[in-house]
Amino acid sequence: MPDLGLEVLFKGKNMIRLLGGLWAALKISLISVALSIPLGILLGILMVRKEVVIRAVTRIYLEFIRIMPQLVLLFIVFFGSARAFGSDISGELSSVIVFTLWGTAEMGDLVRGAIISIPKHQYESSAALGLKNSQTYFYIIIPQTVRRLIPLSVNLITRMIKTTSLVLMIGVVEVTKVAQQIIEANRMTSPNAAFGVYLTVFLLYFIACWPLSLLARHLERKWG
Amino acid sequence: MKRFRTALISALSVALAVSAAGCGGAADSTDVQNADNQTAEEQTESDSVYRTLDEIVESGSINIGVFSDKNPFGYVDENGEYQGYDVYFAKRIGEDLGVDVNFVSTEAANRIEYLQTGKVDLILANFTVTDERAEEVDFALPYMNVALGVVSPDSNVITTLDDWNPDDQMIVISGTTAETYLIENYPDIPLQKYDSYATAKNALENGNGAAWANDNTEVIAYALQNEGYTVGISTLGSQDTIAPAVAKGNETLLNRINEEIKALGEENFFHADYEATLVDTYGLDYEDSLVVEGGVTE
Repeated sequence: MPDLGLEVLFKGKNMIRLLGGLWAALKISLISVALSIPLGILLGILMVRKEVVIRAVTRIYLEFIRIMPQLVLLFIVFFGSARAFGSDISGELSSVIVFTLWGTAEMGDLVRGAIISIPKHQYESSAALGLKNSQTYFYIIIPQTVRRLIPLSVNLITRMIKTTSLVLMIGVVEVTKVAQQIIEANRMTSPNAAFGVYLTVFLLYFIACWPLSLLARHLERKWG
Repeated sequence: MKRFRTALISALSVALAVSAAGCGGAADSTDVQNADNQTAEEQTESDSVYRTLDEIVESGSINIGVFSDKNPFGYVDENGEYQGYDVYFAKRIGEDLGVDVNFVSTEAANRIEYLQTGKVDLILANFTVTDERAEEVDFALPYMNVALGVVSPDSNVITTLDDWNPDDQMIVISGTTAETYLIENYPDIPLQKYDSYATAKNALENGNGAAWANDNTEVIAYALQNEGYTVGISTLGSQDTIAPAVAKGNETLLNRINEEIKALGEENFFHADYEATLVDTYGLDYEDSLVVEGGVTE
C-alpha cells in the first residue's frame, strides 16, 4: 500500500472541514439548480415562440452565457459589479447568480430541444381526437417533454456541482479549496497528502453526483 | 455605460490572466502581459473603493486578505484556524486597532482586484512590492525581504537561466513576481502557469516542468523539506521586500499601518513572529536576512 497521506484527514477537524466544504459547494449548486429549472423551463418555452424579438433576445442570452467561461462570469459578477456600481456582493451570492444564469441558459436550451423534438403528428393526432389546445399541452406534449428532459437535466446538474470548484477564485472556501488548505498545512509532515486528499475529494464528488445518475436511470427506465 | 465597460474589461482581463494559467506555453505569456497592461490602463481612470480607518474601527471588524494555502505565511490549520507569519501580524493589527479580524482567502492572481473593489481593507498575503503593483495599490512599510529562486529536481539541477533548453517549461504561479520577472527578462523561457501554490507544487512533483521559479523563501523551504530537489539558483533578480498593501489612496489606513510597523519594531515584533511561525521552515540561519524590523531595510 503506497503512502497516500490519508492520516492528515483524521487530524483535528479536517474531515469535518472537508465535508463542510462539500456542503458549501452543494448549497451553491442546489440553490442554483432549484432556481434554474423553473426559469429554464420558462426560457425554453419563450425560445420556441414565433416572435422574432423574443427569439433574438433569448438566443443572444443563451449564446452569451454559453460562450463566456464560467470563471469570467464569476469575475464579472464578483469584482465587476463592485467596480461598476460599488455594490458588495458576497462570493456565495455571486456564485449563485452566475450558476443560475448559466443553468437557466442551458436548461432553456434543453427544454427548447425537447419541445421541438415532439413530432408534429402528436399535435395533429390530439387535435383529431378533439382535445383543446391546453389539453394537448397538458396530456400529450408536456409529459413527453419531461421524459426527454430528465437524463439531460441530471447531466446538467452534475456539471453544475462539479463546476463549483471554480468559486474558490472568488474567495468561497469549498471542498477543493479546503483540500488545498489541508495539503498545504501538512506539506512538511505528510508530503504525500495531496494524493490521498484529492482521492477523498474525488470520492466526495462521486457520492454527491452518483445518486443523481441512479435517479435519472431509474426514471428513464420507469417512463422509457 | 463607461463604468460598466471598464468593469467588464477589467474583469475579463483578470479572468484571462487567471484562465491562461493551466495552458502554459510562450504564447500565453504575451497574452497575459497585454491583459495586465490593459488592467493598469483601465484602473487609472476608475477610483478604488475603500473604507477609511475610522469606518473600519467603527464597523468593529477589518477584512484582511491572506493566503489560506501558503504554509508558513498564511494557511489554515487542522482546526480551521488561520495561521502563519502574515496571519500572526494580521492578528496583532486587529488587536491594536481594537477590531475583529475577518480573514479572506485570496489567491495570488486576484489580490489586487480584492483591494480595488473594496472586498478587503488590507492585503497581508506575502505581497512582494513592485513598481507595477505600486501603481495600483499603496504599499506600507516592508516587514520581510525576498528575492527569487529556482528549484529543480536533483537529476537535472538548473543553475543558470542563460542556456535554457527551449523544450523545457518553467513552472510559475500566475500573478507572482517570478512570472513578471521571467516574462520581462527571459521571454524565451516557456512558462507553465498555475493558479495556486498547491497545483504548481503538484506539477513540479509530477515532472510537468523542468524547474519551478518562485520567491526564494519558498524554494529554500521546499528543497529543505522535499528530498530530491535542489535550489540551483537562490537569488535571481533584485532583492525585494514584502509589505502590507491597502487600496490606492486609502491614506488613513496606510498611515496607521506604517505607525504600527514602526512601533512594533521597538519590541522586535517581527523577530518574535519569525520565531513563532517561520523557524521550523527556514531555521534560525535565515532570521536576520529575512526579517525586516520597523520597516527599515539595509
